[in-house]
Amino acid sequence: MSSAQADDVRDAAAGPMLQVSALTVEYAMDWGQVRAVDGVSFDLGAGEFVGIVGESGCGKSTLLFAIAQLLSPPAAVTGGSVVFKGRDMVRLTSRALSAMRWKDMSVVMQSAMNALNPVKSIGAQFRDAMRAHGSSSATDIGARSAEVLRMVGIDPVHLKSYPHQLSGGMRQRSMIAMALLFTPDLVIMDEPTSALDVVAQRSLMVQIKELQQQLGFAIIFVTHDMSLVSHFSDRLMVMYAGQMAEFGVTRRIFGSPLHPYSVGLMEAFPSIRGPRAPLTGIQGRPPDLARPPAGCRFFPRCQKAGARCEQERPELYDVDGVAVRCFLYADGGTSGD
Amino acid sequence: MTMMGASAGLGQQAPAAGGPPQRARAQALGRMFRAVRSNRKATAGSIMLAIFVLVALFPGVISRKDPSAEVYGRSLNPSLGHLLGTTAYGQDLFAQTVWGARQSLIIALTVGLLTTVLAVLIGVAAAYLGGIWDGVLSMLTDVLLVIPLFPLLIVIAAYARNGGTLVLITVLTLTEWSFGARQLRSQALSLRSRDFLEAARVRGERPLYIIIVEIIPTMTSLIVAVFLSSALYALLFASSLQFIGLGDPNSLSWGTMLYWAENNEALQTGQYLWAVAPGLCIAALGAAFALLNYAFDEIGNPALRPVRRIRVKRTS
Amino acid sequence: MTEPTPQPLLRTDGLTKHFKIGNTLSRRILHAVDDVDLTVGEREIVALAGESGSGKSTIARLIARIYRPTRGEIYFRGNPLSHLRSRADLLRYGGDVPMVFQDPFSSINPVYRVSHGILRGLMLHRRELGRGERQAEARRVLDEVGLTPAEDVLQRFPHELSGGQRQRLGFAQALAMRPKLILADEPVSMLDVSIRVGLLNLMTQLRDRQGVSILYITHDIASARYVADRLVIMYAGRIAETGPTEAVLAMPLHPYTQLLLSAVPDPRAPLAVGAESDKGEPPRVIDPTPGCRFRWRCPLAVEECHRRTPELRILGPAHSAACHVAKAGAPAPSEVTA
Repeated sequence: MSSAQADDVRDAAAGPMLQVSALTVEYAMDWGQVRAVDGVSFDLGAGEFVGIVGESGCGKSTLLFAIAQLLSPPAAVTGGSVVFKGRDMVRLTSRALSAMRWKDMSVVMQSAMNALNPVKSIGAQFRDAMRAHGSSSATDIGARSAEVLRMVGIDPVHLKSYPHQLSGGMRQRSMIAMALLFTPDLVIMDEPTSALDVVAQRSLMVQIKELQQQLGFAIIFVTHDMSLVSHFSDRLMVMYAGQMAEFGVTRRIFGSPLHPYSVGLMEAFPSIRGPRAPLTGIQGRPPDLARPPAGCRFFPRCQKAGARCEQERPELYDVDGVAVRCFLYADGGTSGD
Repeated sequence: MTMMGASAGLGQQAPAAGGPPQRARAQALGRMFRAVRSNRKATAGSIMLAIFVLVALFPGVISRKDPSAEVYGRSLNPSLGHLLGTTAYGQDLFAQTVWGARQSLIIALTVGLLTTVLAVLIGVAAAYLGGIWDGVLSMLTDVLLVIPLFPLLIVIAAYARNGGTLVLITVLTLTEWSFGARQLRSQALSLRSRDFLEAARVRGERPLYIIIVEIIPTMTSLIVAVFLSSALYALLFASSLQFIGLGDPNSLSWGTMLYWAENNEALQTGQYLWAVAPGLCIAALGAAFALLNYAFDEIGNPALRPVRRIRVKRTS
Repeated sequence: MTEPTPQPLLRTDGLTKHFKIGNTLSRRILHAVDDVDLTVGEREIVALAGESGSGKSTIARLIARIYRPTRGEIYFRGNPLSHLRSRADLLRYGGDVPMVFQDPFSSINPVYRVSHGILRGLMLHRRELGRGERQAEARRVLDEVGLTPAEDVLQRFPHELSGGQRQRLGFAQALAMRPKLILADEPVSMLDVSIRVGLLNLMTQLRDRQGVSILYITHDIASARYVADRLVIMYAGRIAETGPTEAVLAMPLHPYTQLLLSAVPDPRAPLAVGAESDKGEPPRVIDPTPGCRFRWRCPLAVEECHRRTPELRILGPAHSAACHVAKAGAPAPSEVTA
């Protein structure tokens, strides 16, 4: 057997369900090559809920698309690997990827109106998805479609409805139902609630969490709204300028954020409970990724910057199980990338 | 003109252009030059168009001979003295081709300009005014769009037979503006709900001001593209009308050359160059317009630009 | 806290806006705004909060005179808007009540420099200024909103500014006209979280330093709480509850307000028990029947709610709710933890 196959077998024997190692994604722009995701590594176990948060331009959506192998030119993966169930997706052929899509891994997009076909009924789209990935018996398809719709709290009579006839919340729920057709092991979600109002958002999050506990799939959830995932995710990754700034158990990060960016973010949310305190936000803008700075990417905006920060790039340091990319934690922790 | 370098599709967010602010005016001009230079179609089209413009401006520099003088030997083959040979009337073909550029180019550019002005006025007014005005103007546009253009042109041109080139220009302008008007109206409509227009309205600006100062400058790419495609069609239609004799056969342009070539059965009698030379020039000038047209479409709409692919240099 | 002034800066009386939808065969009426009485005083920030379809943006556009009311009247400094006829009057109103828009990427004309919008506003509304004075004034408003160095920023193009900077520019353009009341239509919704706070602070600064009132339209209750003196909660085109911000949050009277507050995620607090069964379906207000529009989702609905549309009742100091069953002094469910 070839060495690649031997690698695969060895990987499959041990290790978490998803292993992203030093993943790097670049865009070929007119003015140069831009590294939108720079060396991100993390693991995901079965049934885990990982939230990826960050602001615009931090690379979280690009990271998500890279994991799902949905990047198109001018973007491409230029480094690292995404090992899912023992196989490196970056090196898989499109046929192998196709076989894996929807059965093992599915994707929920940001805007259902963009992802759903406006001229086909919901039922027809479920049928297309099921036929594309295996099932062909009409009764099987019908039964399963009704079943997933019930799971997300929609009356199966809506299989006949068109997307524009459903409300925003119902559309998002049907996207999630479609993602669950084959009960995949991993569901990737790109800001599925951003188009919804706050009550619908809350309801959808609760529903997602319930489904996860019921069916046992893992979730990678990308959002710009930290508070949204604060009660639902097991672990949280804070991204800044294409890199992982902080990664650890959610409650730890909310309870005592370590990276100055995470601290700044936490303090930028006005609260409706508790005293009405003045907030400051974070001054400045994220760096231009076409010309990344020599040192720490957060340096120009950091209140706690030190001597090393301008010239040296911090690695990820471990602080009690939380990974932080900041020199403040360099000594007294082990360096692990 | 805005220059956003963004990638479309799948909701990917490409990184925005950063960089320190330079002298803003130099930067704007620099962007335009960079746009033309980096876009291969624009470069090719500009060069070709420039060549034809130079030929039209200084024909005497390129060909010393008088194009209408029927003094040379008839139907001569190409030689050093007559680069393309002579016509059946003894005129120097090369001189004719060179001097004919002037009229063909003038017709194309004039009609292009006039149709664009009409299209902008009618299209943008229809979109901005809305209501009944939009209904009336759109109906007018649609009627002209639906009527088969070439037969209409033939009928009108035949009717106004003795007017010559001026009539040709008028006829072409009056029938061609509807194509551009439709496109411009669509774009103006899509702009209409843009917040900066509402902001101008709320600020208290008058409608005419908003149309001229706020809307039209944001449509420059499309307006230039409309001009180029109008010029292209004007060139082709004018040449066609002249070919069938509805222009002024005594004027000198590529279309009239084709007319005389056809009259004298040039292709059947082996005088190929008489038909091929003007024909090729029409095609080349048309191609120049078309290339520039595509280029301005791409400049105006980043989604149409060719997408770069990364040469994947694996870093691990 | 502000004292109620004898004549409020802005007052609406029974403000109503209906849109006709459908074709001539089946003409239906969309009730975007129904019977809204709201006031904004001097030096006050009033938050108009609600979800999509609540009518909040329509109210802003009615006040900005982008739409004409179907019924009702808007009074600015005691004068009804319908009496404004001459171009001079309309222009003056436009300068007194400018609007700041939601989308930083489409609210500024990309073709012109930053100076363009500000100078146009000055030319239209402050004719008494000469050329040099206009330039000075443009620099002053940019300084006021924190876009410095002003001289440099004036020469830039909009695409060179970030989203947050563009929104500040929107406020600067409004300030140039010496406004009394700024209509801010979701000015921070499209900005990153770390940038929002800066803009929110700018708004309170404008109120304190320039004495400008702001009508802040938003769907984000938390930001409304952060800046607003008074809160107006909209549901389905009608006012559900209104009162001083802290009072409404401490003691939400209307069941919709209670639902809204329980759904707001707050990382610093444990997950509040709310009506999880409520899927957040927005109301459809086409040809509504009499009765409370919230009755389909309301856990407290009684028969009266289906028969009669509730009016705003005063249930606390300057605190009213439009609900048949709301009682003064009831504790907020968020304080009752499971």
